[in-house]
Amino acid sequence: MITVSGISKSFKVAKRTSGVKSAFKALFRREYTEVAALNDISFAIKPGEIVGYIGPNGAGKSTTIKVMSGILVPDKGSCSIMGYTPWLDRVKYVQNIGVVFGQRSQLWWDVPVIDSFDLLRDIYDVPEAEYQENLKLLTETLDLGDLIHTPVRQLSLGQRMRCEIAASLLHSPSILFLDEPTIGLDAVSKIAVRQFISRINQEKGVTIILTTHDMNDIEALASRILLIGKGTLLYDGDIGTLRDKYVDETADGSSSIEDIIVRMYKEYQIT
Amino acid sequence: MKLFGKYLLILFKSQMQYRTSFWLMSFGQFFIPFSVFAGLYFMFERFGQIKGWDFYEVALCFGVIHMAFSISECLGRGFDMFSTLVSNGDFDRLLVRPRGTVLQVLGSKFEFTRIGRLLQSLLVLGWAVYGIDVDWTFAKAITLLFMVVSGVFIFTGIFMLVAAMCFWTIQGLEIANIFTDGGREMAQYPLNIYQKWVVRFFTYVIPFGCVNYLPLLYILGKTDGSPLLHMLTPLAGCLFLVPCVLVWRFGVRHYRSTGS
Amino acid sequence: MRAYLSVFRLRLSMGLQYRTAALAGIATQFFWGFLILMVFVAFYSQSSIDSPISLPQIADYIWLQQAFLALIVLWFRDNELFQLITGGNIAYELCRPSELYGFWYAKLLAQRLSGALLRCFPILLVAAFLPEPYRLNLPATFEAAILSFVALLFGLLILVSISMLIYISTFVTMSPAGSLLLFAVLGEFLAGMIIPIPLMPSWMRSIVYALPFRFTSDFPFRIYSGHIPVNEALKLLPLQLAWLAALVAVGKYTMSKALRRVVVQGG
Repeated sequence: MITVSGISKSFKVAKRTSGVKSAFKALFRREYTEVAALNDISFAIKPGEIVGYIGPNGAGKSTTIKVMSGILVPDKGSCSIMGYTPWLDRVKYVQNIGVVFGQRSQLWWDVPVIDSFDLLRDIYDVPEAEYQENLKLLTETLDLGDLIHTPVRQLSLGQRMRCEIAASLLHSPSILFLDEPTIGLDAVSKIAVRQFISRINQEKGVTIILTTHDMNDIEALASRILLIGKGTLLYDGDIGTLRDKYVDETADGSSSIEDIIVRMYKEYQIT
Repeated sequence: MKLFGKYLLILFKSQMQYRTSFWLMSFGQFFIPFSVFAGLYFMFERFGQIKGWDFYEVALCFGVIHMAFSISECLGRGFDMFSTLVSNGDFDRLLVRPRGTVLQVLGSKFEFTRIGRLLQSLLVLGWAVYGIDVDWTFAKAITLLFMVVSGVFIFTGIFMLVAAMCFWTIQGLEIANIFTDGGREMAQYPLNIYQKWVVRFFTYVIPFGCVNYLPLLYILGKTDGSPLLHMLTPLAGCLFLVPCVLVWRFGVRHYRSTGS
Repeated sequence: MRAYLSVFRLRLSMGLQYRTAALAGIATQFFWGFLILMVFVAFYSQSSIDSPISLPQIADYIWLQQAFLALIVLWFRDNELFQLITGGNIAYELCRPSELYGFWYAKLLAQRLSGALLRCFPILLVAAFLPEPYRLNLPATFEAAILSFVALLFGLLILVSISMLIYISTFVTMSPAGSLLLFAVLGEFLAGMIIPIPLMPSWMRSIVYALPFRFTSDFPFRIYSGHIPVNEALKLLPLQLAWLAALVAVGKYTMSKALRRVVVQGG
């Protein structure tokens, strides 16, 4: 379903120096440093999988998501998702995916949520019957109820996130990218979001790729994790194996997933 | 097109959430060009004419340009405000939707308060049409309409170019005012009052001459070539949008390869 | 006093950081000045009417306006202050041990000075070497140069007092855009920024002379070009100072009233 092979991507970053003299120089000539954001990343994902994509801040998670959702064009490598190359057939391809950026909103701030949904229906050209059916299902399972008639600015963060996720699923995508969907949520909302994610995965067979810093998300949802650090893929496998490996090594035998990840980060020296 | 209407509706609803602010802004927008027009009026009261153009002729020019500017500022606000869309990352959101970027950026923002400016330019235009010494014919009325439409295309094109610059840098965009606000200020007088190089630049590079000068000659009966050609020049102005869209596309491609 | 000075210094260095913006601003203002001048040249080219101000004097007027734009326009806005007022965060400012009027005054003053410092010299320099009739001429006399500089500084103080009034009015209207727009459009016209004041009809001129706006730009720039002779300028200078005192007094008074209301309402 998803095959990523040998993706590399580097960015040019302008050097910033202090001092008036060098700043004046920078007006005319900037010096750049190349930063490798992704370095030869390869993996494959089967339909219906939930994959947790983890790594410290700045490791390249968002860049990978951007490449896979067709926003960014990589320098090297190939990627085939449902037969499309995301960055080449952008318009046709994105019809099949849903993306949630946890830190940004796709809903119109000042109008009721349902108005945003209606607009998205037109943007994605969703047939009316399918739209109504999806809307009904999402409203029930995400417990949106009256929320969808409230302007977004009056919603709490947890309520808003539920609406955001619903908005990304209105066009029944087969793949859902979730970029930090639980960021800033309280415990109740987090659990609600997690339950919903696993439910659409089981019932509708949506493939889910999830980035997060909350290891409880991973533990609750993902059977498989990808660990990325400094642009390189470091680990690809299931959580159980990981736990066995690291628990054995530690003397005190503590096995909280958070500890394991910290140990992994340390071992790979990526923090 | 239907989608465009939808965008319009949802943005109108949003704006109506802040009604007082909306009316205050519209009111202010009415007065900005009003003070400029008052200045123009006082100048004519003192000097009587400018290089052979009288007050009503210039007022016609003024009305057309300001009308075109306010319409394109209302519709093309998404491009005008594009730097915020890029810097807060919301442009990524547009890229994961199955629609063209131009339509989506256009639909991201409308500035309905420009109705104030539009109203003001309409009044000036009405006054000029009424006071000017022209036998109005159907063809001349159509030409006037063409002038406004062409102006809208050109201003929108400029907004688009400036927005495309955001893909490379969002610093120093103030310079783009030369072409937007500067273009507007300049084109409110018939083009031939300026220095040669300015006239050339604003005829061949940014075709304001096709909006406010050549067709104006036709309306005033001052042409010495084919009137049909003069009448159609505004359509040539519309072509300006083509390279602008191409530059925009190029910018989007650059953005997607650098992700800056 | 030290507190005001350090606010002033901080703002100044912040403003100086935006170099690219400054460069772009210089180019824009240069183009702008040229455009306006071309219109005046066109008006003057065929007119046989005696004009109350000569074309070289207009050129001085326009270039000085462009060079010192940051010191003379009202529409510079400090969004931080507006948000402070409308967002209710004013409580923080009230906790500070300095008087709010002076504090904000210093902040606005520094913002404008930093804006102007970077931009004025390149514009003045290039404008001074343009061909006639676009050239910026040397000041009429040495005394005129000194006096116009002094008048410009007092004008700046007047301008900041006026913009303080705009911010204070936001306490009441809660809509920064509205107050600012109305003040800015009117003020710009009354300061001679749209057309020079000598070119206005006489009834308009009598209104303009009765108001403080002209002291911010029209007055110093006309002293520079000699359009207002030195001895007459000396007579007008006390009036300028009187306006300044009056505006500051009104500003302090209305601000203390507005703040009292805020405190009573509990923020």
